[in-house]
Amino acid sequence: MMEKMIFGRYIPADSIVHRMDPRAKLVFVFAFIAIIFIANNVWAYAAAAAFTVGCIWLSGITIRFLIKGLKPVMILIALTFILQMFFAREGNVVVDMGFMKIYEEGIRQAFFISTRFLLLVFMTSLLTLTTTPISITDGLESLLNPLKKIKFPAHELALMMSIALRFIPTLMDETDKVMKAQMARGSDMSSGPLKDRLKAVVPLMIPLFVNAFKRAEDLATAMEVRGYRGGDGRTKYRLLEWHVRDTFALFSLVLLATIFIVLRLWM
Amino acid sequence: MDVSLQQVEYRYAAGSPFEKKAIRGVTFTIPSGQYVAIIGHTGSGKSTLLQHLNALLKPTSGSVVIGDRTVKAGRKEKDLKSIRQKVGIVFQFPEQQLFEESILKDICYGPMNFGVSEEEAKERAAYWIEEVGLSKDILDQSPFDLSGGQMRRVAIAGVLAMQPDVLVLDEPTAGLDPRGRKEMMDMFYRLHKERKLTTILVTHSMEDAAAYADKIVVLHKGKKVHEGTPKELFSDADRLAEWGLGVPEVVQFQRMLEQKTGRTFSGVCLTMDELVAEWKDLSRGRPL
Repeated sequence: MMEKMIFGRYIPADSIVHRMDPRAKLVFVFAFIAIIFIANNVWAYAAAAAFTVGCIWLSGITIRFLIKGLKPVMILIALTFILQMFFAREGNVVVDMGFMKIYEEGIRQAFFISTRFLLLVFMTSLLTLTTTPISITDGLESLLNPLKKIKFPAHELALMMSIALRFIPTLMDETDKVMKAQMARGSDMSSGPLKDRLKAVVPLMIPLFVNAFKRAEDLATAMEVRGYRGGDGRTKYRLLEWHVRDTFALFSLVLLATIFIVLRLWM
Repeated sequence: MDVSLQQVEYRYAAGSPFEKKAIRGVTFTIPSGQYVAIIGHTGSGKSTLLQHLNALLKPTSGSVVIGDRTVKAGRKEKDLKSIRQKVGIVFQFPEQQLFEESILKDICYGPMNFGVSEEEAKERAAYWIEEVGLSKDILDQSPFDLSGGQMRRVAIAGVLAMQPDVLVLDEPTAGLDPRGRKEMMDMFYRLHKERKLTTILVTHSMEDAAAYADKIVVLHKGKKVHEGTPKELFSDADRLAEWGLGVPEVVQFQRMLEQKTGRTFSGVCLTMDELVAEWKDLSRGRPL
């Protein structure tokens, strides 16, 4: 199951999206999330969808791959759709089941909300699929840098993020190891009543936590002995470079926002 | 209880682009009551192979026979617990599997999972804690207050308290000081002799393999490349080097001695005592 999940996975390739400055990509995704809320009719959503498909196409990742990898999210979106359908109570009644009525407005709302959700998931996945975790943290740190003036710990935050990302595979390996060790001692996590299964998680979680704390302490010591003292005066091996294409990408968003506003006022 | 592997093959992530063959067609038998060492360079497939011995992994092709049970590729197996009760595995760094609030409870965890009553589990805990060289008095302490070496002993007691017929050891002495290593290996050997415990030792240490094993199986890149007695194996240093392995220090010393003095021993000696005895024989009445 884990092999098919694409959350937070990076697919190495050399597309224009891959080559973009991570700062541009971060701003792009956050701005996209913000402006999609301006869209309020079918044409605006069609434009947003076309825009998203265009971005995916530029990244060289197939839409089929995305949909396959985001299956669990799709289920969530389907659920949202169904729930949303019952919420709005305006317009004509479309289906009358006696105890429940579905209104026209409900279907409209459900459709818009799930489309918005879907596009957001696509865009954010595209960010993690085309950007290495380390560049994301680098980009984030650089974007948050101005906040240092008000004592915001930008460097520390970025460091925490990269450490967390770095240790995900290690923790996965360890989970596997501890699980096997407990299975060898007769623990049974895959059968029996739910209560027993939940109980079987304790022998797994405690060793994992103990080891994680131990590792954190070792890491802190290792960093200290190598003279780590925070981000002050620290230079970077990877320098971020802003290109014309990055400006162009952000400009395309301005264009999209304009389209949304025009459609909103005009329709 | 015999354990035998027949044409066992294991592929990680089978069917995906990341597929990797970790074991290729390995066949060998471990007769009941034998002490077998499995050696091989890092990445030779030792640890993967070991997990087949109690059905933690199922072969992607071939079969593993454990006593009267057969774990075959592609067949759904029920009641794996009864296999796991008979084959105890001490994993590498077993102290990492401790979780209970008291040592007593942790040792009881295994036996109670296999249906032993609480009373008997406690009796077993009291017995095995002393067998691994610790005192009964610490049973109520938290395992996390112990030193690393002591924690490992507790974890080992937890596996032994399941009273398996076959004991599988994965680098049980990694990270211990020399004295601790020897004590632990001697303890396993004593258990092997006293209880006729079939013992399978997976190790990097040629010394341990030479000193304790009846039979050594060499894995190289997922394949079994040799199976035989320690004497047979360690008399051919060149072949071992091909597999990225060396000979025990005693054997190295013996070869140097042979070169320096021009005298040849009848065979390789696996322990210092053996070497000294052979040397006495060899040099009787003939001073250097």
